[in-house]
Amino acid sequence: MILLWMIVILLVGGLLAWAFGRWSVSATRWISLIAVSADFVIGLTVWICSASRIDLLQPQAWVRELDWNWIPPFGIHFHLALDGLSLLLLMLTFLLGTMSVLASWTEIQEAVGFFHLNLLWVLAGITGVFLAMDLFLFYFAWELMLVPMYFLIAIWGHERRVYAAVKFFLFTQLSGLLMLIAIMALYFAHHSATGIFTFEYADLLGTPLSSHAALWIMLGFFVAFAVKLPMFPFHTWLPDAHTEAPTAGSVVLAGLLLKTGAYGLLRFVMPLFPEAAQAFAPIAMVLAVIGILYGATLAFAQTDLKRLVAYTSVSHLGFVLLGIFAWNKLALQGALITIICHGVSTGALFILVGAIQERLRTRELARMSGLWATVPRLGGAGLFFALASMGLPGLGDFVGEFMILLGVYQKSRILTAVAAVGILASTFYALKFVQYAFHGPNNHHWALHDLGMREAIIFIPMIVILLWLGLYPQPVFNTFNPAMETLQQHAGQTMHALRR
Amino acid sequence: MNTTDLLALLPFLLIAGTSVFVMLAIAVWRRHWLSLCITLVGMAAAFGSLWLVAPLVPRKVTSLLILDQYALFYIGLIITATFAIAILCYEYLQRHSETREELYVLLLVATLGSMVLVASSHFVSFFLGLEILSVALYALAAYLHTRRRPLEAGIKYLILAGSSSAFLLFGMALIYAQLGTMELFRLAALLADARNSPLVLAGLTFIVTGVGFKLGVVPFHLWAPDVYEGAPAPVTAFIATVSKGAIFALLLRYFYTAGALHSRPVFVLFAIIAIASMLIGNLLALLQNNVKRILAYSSIAHMGYLLVAFEANNTTASEAVVFYLVAYFITTIGAFGVVTVLSDEERDAGRLEDYAGLFWRRPMLASIFTLMLLSLAGIPVTAGFLAKFYVVTAGASAGIWSLILILVITSVIGLFYYLRVVITMYARVQKEAPHAEPRAIGGSYVLVALTILLVWLGVCPVPLLHVIRKVLPM
Repeated sequence: MILLWMIVILLVGGLLAWAFGRWSVSATRWISLIAVSADFVIGLTVWICSASRIDLLQPQAWVRELDWNWIPPFGIHFHLALDGLSLLLLMLTFLLGTMSVLASWTEIQEAVGFFHLNLLWVLAGITGVFLAMDLFLFYFAWELMLVPMYFLIAIWGHERRVYAAVKFFLFTQLSGLLMLIAIMALYFAHHSATGIFTFEYADLLGTPLSSHAALWIMLGFFVAFAVKLPMFPFHTWLPDAHTEAPTAGSVVLAGLLLKTGAYGLLRFVMPLFPEAAQAFAPIAMVLAVIGILYGATLAFAQTDLKRLVAYTSVSHLGFVLLGIFAWNKLALQGALITIICHGVSTGALFILVGAIQERLRTRELARMSGLWATVPRLGGAGLFFALASMGLPGLGDFVGEFMILLGVYQKSRILTAVAAVGILASTFYALKFVQYAFHGPNNHHWALHDLGMREAIIFIPMIVILLWLGLYPQPVFNTFNPAMETLQQHAGQTMHALRR
Repeated sequence: MNTTDLLALLPFLLIAGTSVFVMLAIAVWRRHWLSLCITLVGMAAAFGSLWLVAPLVPRKVTSLLILDQYALFYIGLIITATFAIAILCYEYLQRHSETREELYVLLLVATLGSMVLVASSHFVSFFLGLEILSVALYALAAYLHTRRRPLEAGIKYLILAGSSSAFLLFGMALIYAQLGTMELFRLAALLADARNSPLVLAGLTFIVTGVGFKLGVVPFHLWAPDVYEGAPAPVTAFIATVSKGAIFALLLRYFYTAGALHSRPVFVLFAIIAIASMLIGNLLALLQNNVKRILAYSSIAHMGYLLVAFEANNTTASEAVVFYLVAYFITTIGAFGVVTVLSDEERDAGRLEDYAGLFWRRPMLASIFTLMLLSLAGIPVTAGFLAKFYVVTAGASAGIWSLILILVITSVIGLFYYLRVVITMYARVQKEAPHAEPRAIGGSYVLVALTILLVWLGVCPVPLLHVIRKVLPM
């Protein structure tokens, strides 16, 4: 039940926020903040309460589960389930959700109620994606998170918002529909093999497929997740959408929406189609490495601060893709840490850029320089998150990328070597960001107010989390490991069933 | 014909009687609200009589009509849709100074025609129903006869529908010449042997031409945008839903009962029509700047999607068609309902500019329109999503992957123009305060009810699915 509550709180909170938006703007903000942080507290409670027993959990058991019949004629269930992987991603969702509400506190001044409705509903959609264990429900939630996100970009975005919003919607919708076809194909393949109509994840595992069919169905899923991730060459919607979205939109996009792609690969593509995925792995890994280098190079070339941060996502998520397709323990753990740390550090960078833009009314690097002199605390935070993003040892991102490289090394040394160059390239853009924005003389004579109380409340927890994950990530691994082993076991079983 | 037969015909008699009664009432005391009330009461009675009729079915009433669960379901759907449209018509006509009351007579006659169509089991009742429907529609489309556009719409519809009826008759004649019967069930038996005879194929092709015109599928779609744009908004809703839905129900009954889709040429013919409708409907909608025209092209595309399900030719397919039609009815009436509420005495709210910034002026109305458009685009939580899902399921179960792939790609194209309308509503425009926006209380109730239905079906479709499974004869 608690899983349903997480979603309901967000949905109802959004409606309340909208309803109160007519009378009081601050009531709207407080309602949203309370709704999201209530979810955060629920998630944290679940984590703490079950932390001690997650380790002892039987394989394939869920920490929490909810299974109702929804549309029986099709064999569709309303099946939510929580394991370590979902739990960690949910914690990230609610953390970044809270930060997004805080970050919009002064930025959003128009149609505040409707803004928070959309923000909370996109979070509800993401929560649904991370929890759904019925493929139909998963697709339902997958599509559901698009519409509010579209509105967030299209209504509260910057200059070219309509173009960016429509591009985002079309890319994700087309790839989503291809996934729907793949889901249907799997559904009917399962029916013809067993005579049962079901969308249930656990039942569909081990569906016997010809290798030809498996490859096509796998590709249908893969395209949907690769567009979201985004993998080179499907990334072109990302810089536009991230740049034009309002700060909260960018945080949710980079921190969470991209992660649903990674989650889909982990949860569905690899366990459902292990052989096809293994056969496809070399191509995916090469594309991942291209994405790492390409993203980093383009990030370095940007003059728009927000666009720069957007391109770094392409690079970091390349590492995640690489780690997932390497499919061994080290690489998977690395991918998970990268997912979380990228969410936190990039989310923080977007909030930072939003804060700068709110003060300067521009995102152009050329119009900044020497900001450290006038906003030292902001500069310090900027330096910290830039260093985290470039993978400084001691901070979370480093742990993730290092472990991915270790894992990939077992698969391919060449790819490891090339991907490692990506870490080097990240130094360039991170330092460019800090140097151009904060260092140098204050040519434009900016005199700005420094980080306030609200912004400090946003940044300090994020700094603490990055340090924690950089220095002692073991609790996260403890939570993730059983889930990861279950996934690997599923993949192994499916493979075994196919061989038979 | 005995008393039981007459009782079985009660819904027909009630609707026909109501139309006469409205006509007489106009002669005695001409009041707009009175006409509406009589119409609504008559329709409610006809709807209620379905429960009286239900125990008597399935029943053949003469050789012309067959009343079974399937027919009753569609009759219920048609009456409900017309009920909503009648209220919208009232809102619409309140703003006009022309004679208003006769519209309801025409509306009831058109409803009667559609009801005959869905219960038809003979070429004669097929043709009669179609003509009753069409003749009423010519007048309905041109109802505001002092204005240029409705008149143009009416005349265009008249000429093209007239020629399509000729095709239809010729097709029926050819089949009759070969098989010697016009009764559906005897046709079905005979057709199994003569499926590929040239005369029958030619006859079927002509019938498809005639029906294709009514459905507005490519290449018989040329009338649709002009008529949609010109006809009064609620009448357009009627043409788009009840008239097309009745024809589709009939198509499903005739072609499935006769097993005509097992014949390869017929299958290919429908596949070509479906693909062309999806492609051309969606692509041409991109070029439009008028909301009514966009909806016209979108309905062409939707007929294409429906034909994909139709092509699958199995149980899932017929369920999918029925579910899709219900969702399509709700969505289309809802969309044109919004257009109706926004229209004023000078012209219908067709232009995109009429919708600019609508959300900031009338948030409820804009939200409803957004939901309707998202349903047309097939986004979750709306009935349109499940309908599209059902169609894809039907197609996948029959393995017609190429058609599904085209459906998917074209519906992404479709998304583009739906989003264009949506984005217009949320655009920030500095518009001078509009001159006392017309209020429409009855219309608002209809729209809210439709929206609730839309979301309810999108989230909890099981009750409807059970009903559909029960009524399907195939």
